[in-house]
Amino acid sequence: MNSQLYDKLIFEYSKPGRQGFSLPKRECLDCLDSIPQALRRQKTLNLPEVDEPTVVRHYTNQSTNNFGVDTGFYPLGSCTMKYNPKINEAVAADTTIASLHPAQPTDTVQGALELYWRLQRALCSIGGMAEFTLNPFAGAHGELTGLMVIRAYHASRDDNGRQVVIVPDSAHGTNPASAAVAGLQVRQVNSMPDGTVDLDDLRSKLDDSVAAVMLTNPNTIGMFERNIPVIAEMVHAAGALLYYDGANLNPLLGVARPGDMGFDVMHINLHKTFSTPHGGGGPGAGPVGVRSGLEDFLPNPRVVKNNDGTFGISYPDSSLGRISGWLGNYTVLVKALAYILSLGKENIRMVGPLATLNANYVMESLRDLYLLPVDGPCKHEFVFDGLRDKSQGVTTLHVAKRLLDYGFHAPTIYFPLLFHESLMIEPTETETLETLDRFIKVMRDIAHEASEQPELIKQAPLTTPVRHPDDTEAALHPKVTFDEL
Amino acid sequence: MNTYYLPSHEYARIDGNIAYIGISEYAAKQLGNVVYVDMPEADTDVEAGEDFGAIESVKAASDLFSPVSGAIIEVNELLLDNPRLVSEDPMTNWIIKVEMSNPDELNDLLTPEAYAELCAKE
Repeated sequence: MNSQLYDKLIFEYSKPGRQGFSLPKRECLDCLDSIPQALRRQKTLNLPEVDEPTVVRHYTNQSTNNFGVDTGFYPLGSCTMKYNPKINEAVAADTTIASLHPAQPTDTVQGALELYWRLQRALCSIGGMAEFTLNPFAGAHGELTGLMVIRAYHASRDDNGRQVVIVPDSAHGTNPASAAVAGLQVRQVNSMPDGTVDLDDLRSKLDDSVAAVMLTNPNTIGMFERNIPVIAEMVHAAGALLYYDGANLNPLLGVARPGDMGFDVMHINLHKTFSTPHGGGGPGAGPVGVRSGLEDFLPNPRVVKNNDGTFGISYPDSSLGRISGWLGNYTVLVKALAYILSLGKENIRMVGPLATLNANYVMESLRDLYLLPVDGPCKHEFVFDGLRDKSQGVTTLHVAKRLLDYGFHAPTIYFPLLFHESLMIEPTETETLETLDRFIKVMRDIAHEASEQPELIKQAPLTTPVRHPDDTEAALHPKVTFDEL
Repeated sequence: MNTYYLPSHEYARIDGNIAYIGISEYAAKQLGNVVYVDMPEADTDVEAGEDFGAIESVKAASDLFSPVSGAIIEVNELLLDNPRLVSEDPMTNWIIKVEMSNPDELNDLLTPEAYAELCAKE
């Protein structure tokens, strides 16, 4: 509650001459003279002048305004906001890992290389792939790397006319973006009413200009792509490769493997499926796996196990080159391996089924009040097309804002674009029945409010420190420094 | 002036040999407040069905497709500073002005009635 009383910007506490530090007298006045005049700052920097207790209180109170998986339920569809076990952090923060330098001689970091190698093996076994690189720094970086592997593969066969990547109309925006960054053109394939790929449309769009087809499975609305063997056959018959976007890997964990479905290349978002933090909580990681026959094209550097049992770093010429300076976001990789080893082979099999059970439980408990556009059991997530009762003009945006008043993070809204009022919910396997029941009750209460007190819900959120930012104006004319206010 | 539509929600409002191209009322309503319109250069050619730009709102970003072929003789520069005009009145605030090279293409487009029917189904 205190955080709402301390609602100023740090600049607003500023008083001329006030300070919370004492620096030694500057000794090196001469070195300033050596900086060319043109490169020196002409105006003094506008920094807040604040005493130490004010600084500490300000930032401590700000920090309590954060919302994360450590503070509440976060059913953000397609993001897999599962709990991040603290043992991961403890392992990654161990000084024997955290204080390594990436340029250390390999004989001094054998354990670190073994960790990398063991995670590669674990991901190969989970994904049904022959080899993995752990170097990409994020999911989208993984997509780009995967497409570069595909380009390198076609180039190695002198098949250079393949410039098109096919993506479904429900794809995550990163898919077409990655294709464009990789220098390829995007061709869209239509979805059937249930969100699965329209096979006839796909057939008509496959030809010898297609380098790859990118899919997620289950797809963006949480439905399993049952035709995947047929799709794989069609894609391969056209000479293209099938790319698996690992965004929705969670429900498959321990149940099915992209490699067995005919996918040739895949990336995994460790910050989704393997419990490492998202975004501000820590950098991501987007390892890329390939089926047998494509290993040669993976980026350098690579970790290899030598015949004598030691580990080394290699730079084969067949590689597409580097996509990172070193071996990826190493501590993130350590956290993912800690997660895999904590669960073990037996328990990791439970992740997919439990995530699926939780999603179906929430879906079935709400579908009488929210419109379910695609029927049938979902996998890890599902999409409502807004409220059933739209007569009072209450939209998905209003529902999402109202959830904030009840202490829940809003689900993903207005994505996918297949429906007008998309509300995409993914509870993950790490929530208790009590949490899910509380969320269901709040969602039901909101649906009733929408019918009975629509004006109230249109004002939401009523209790958050910031209530109604003008998002259009913010996008049009962003003010990013205090001086612009 | 006759108006024709593409199923992807662009309109072509016809004045003689000139087509004013923008997005429909329905599309503007679905997009919400528009924050950016990516427009082509004037004096370039566009093909029917080809994308000529993109529109971005607080909710989504969409490619813009041309209902007709021809030369883009003008882009609506008012939208550079004030993209919200599209949200407020999409039919007045066209995006590009095309001198049609093949007016027969209009026969392939949706009439206002057919387009209204399509929107009702969405």
